[in-house]
Amino acid sequence: MPQDPRFSSEPFGDTIRFSLFGDWTIGASRTIEAAAERLLAAALATRCAILDFGGIGRLDTAGAWLLDRTRQSLVAKGIDARVEKLTPEYGLLLKEAGYRDFGVLPRRRHGSLIGLLADVGASVVNAGRDFFNGMSFLGEVMASIGRTILAPRRFRLTSLVVHMETIGLRSVPIIALINFLVGGIVAQQGIFQLQYFGATAFAVNLIGILILREMGVLLTSIMIAGRSGAAITAELGSMKMREEIDALTVMGLRPIDVLIVPRLAALMICLPLLTFVADMSAIFGGLLVAWGYGGMSPESFLIRLQSAVSLHSFLIGMIKAPFMALVIGIISSIEGLAVEGSAESLGRQVTTSVVKSIFMVIVVDGFFTMFFASIKYF
Amino acid sequence: MIDAVKAPDESIVIKVRDLVVGFGSKLIMNGLDLDVLRGEVLGFVGGSGTGKSVLTRTILGLIPKRSGQITVFGSDLDHVSFQERALIERRFGVMFQQGALFSGLTVKQNVQMPMREHLKLSPRLLDELAMLKIELAGLKPDAADKFPSELSGGMIKRAALARALALDPDLLFLDEPTSGLDPIGAAEFDELISTLQKTLGLTVFMVTHDLDSLYSICDRIAALADGKVIAAGPLPVMLASQHPWLRAYFHGKRSRQMEAFAS
Repeated sequence: MPQDPRFSSEPFGDTIRFSLFGDWTIGASRTIEAAAERLLAAALATRCAILDFGGIGRLDTAGAWLLDRTRQSLVAKGIDARVEKLTPEYGLLLKEAGYRDFGVLPRRRHGSLIGLLADVGASVVNAGRDFFNGMSFLGEVMASIGRTILAPRRFRLTSLVVHMETIGLRSVPIIALINFLVGGIVAQQGIFQLQYFGATAFAVNLIGILILREMGVLLTSIMIAGRSGAAITAELGSMKMREEIDALTVMGLRPIDVLIVPRLAALMICLPLLTFVADMSAIFGGLLVAWGYGGMSPESFLIRLQSAVSLHSFLIGMIKAPFMALVIGIISSIEGLAVEGSAESLGRQVTTSVVKSIFMVIVVDGFFTMFFASIKYF
Repeated sequence: MIDAVKAPDESIVIKVRDLVVGFGSKLIMNGLDLDVLRGEVLGFVGGSGTGKSVLTRTILGLIPKRSGQITVFGSDLDHVSFQERALIERRFGVMFQQGALFSGLTVKQNVQMPMREHLKLSPRLLDELAMLKIELAGLKPDAADKFPSELSGGMIKRAALARALALDPDLLFLDEPTSGLDPIGAAEFDELISTLQKTLGLTVFMVTHDLDSLYSICDRIAALADGKVIAAGPLPVMLASQHPWLRAYFHGKRSRQMEAFAS
């Protein structure tokens, strides 16, 4: 059993002799600190103090540090402090783990008005830099795609197919499911709200236009940003952390050609396809709800749908899809390559990637809406 | 048993008997016996991929074993409660091959982590002891506030050692501590291990390929091949061994060159 660290003192003249007992080890945590403080307080009144190590059971670096710190602070106060009955091992330990001043240990300062202003300034500068980086990255990717078009044999077809499977094929079930549900929900609300005006049949127009123009592509993009964008950032980020990207560079390969263009191409091929899947399953969900809840037969649903939506509504949704894919791909790649050494930074970049992608998808959708309205394409 | 050390039980810190560890149909350890004695530095050698790290991880409880018995500090690790196990593990200091420093914490915070979790210390002592450990491990004080990603390979090794020493362990596991260090740094590292072992009565289990470390600080050497400890003993015993792998290891070109330079 470990013995508590303790000491006894016997004064003679203006000298005081401390006999130390027990285990002066770190396991006793607070107790050794308290004992050392008591010893220091007791010794302050004298001219000469002797530390007797004879009764010490065990000593480790923490105990040696504390005892030597006590001795040195006595010496600094002009008290003659000595050590006695030191075994050779403990002597060595006192030398190795002796007290030394590390200077003022720097503290990270935080919380001040200037700090706040500096943070605001830094984030504004960062936002500008983000835009600039995004543009320059887009340029690099375009250059890489141009090189690939000039030399199509260099394109990594295997890699493209693998990414199309993970990004596209494996997303089909979840995309079909959520769009089926959303289609059903829109249909139910449409029928319910429009029945006050006796316009239940117009729910079909609502479903058709809303889904084909906006909801299908938006839901799919958001899902892909969360699912595949996060995966791309995490993959590139951990490759960055383990110097795999540097390894590619020194092999004379461009990370953009090898890693990013195939992913981006896969995204741009898959997102329109997934949008089509989303459109169809949402309309199917709407059809089922209109049939079961609104009492509208599938035949009349389809006939109304045909008259309600034009090819333009469908194309508007589909045209947006590859641009959404580009936005997601660029943002998640930039964030992936921005990962630094720590696991925390990886987590932070993945979060940033998803948040930025979703935000930009919605912003881009807004721009498209304005664009199509101003060219009178509806 | 090849490794039957004639020593009383209380002086054996780690006792491994009939250990079997495997992944799938492949057996890495097959009836392995090993003793680590109190206060010694045991150098553990073996070819790449023979399972040196696997054995270390099995003793630490990170890899499940198929059968066999592992006794540490006299208690069979299969028959201890969670609390007892935690107490035993507090007496371990482990330095992983790649350092395994927490990447989100600075070096100082890494060293303070076990102290903070297991002990109640004043902030001043916590800072001072962390700095002491960092300096003992041979790092400059300004490395304390750096993050692991800002350190060189050698500094990571030292920071990992500082963290392994944080709780003044009784038993130190070192996985290739000197690999990636320059010869001067490696020699300092050996010196440090030897000093700590003498002053703190530390028992050191060291997986190493560094012939210099084996010559200079290891009290005993154990060699692993074919899932068993093929030989264990002080350096002269190992040098005299007729086992082909050991002969190749200790009398190969590199070790002969070293002896030639040394003499």
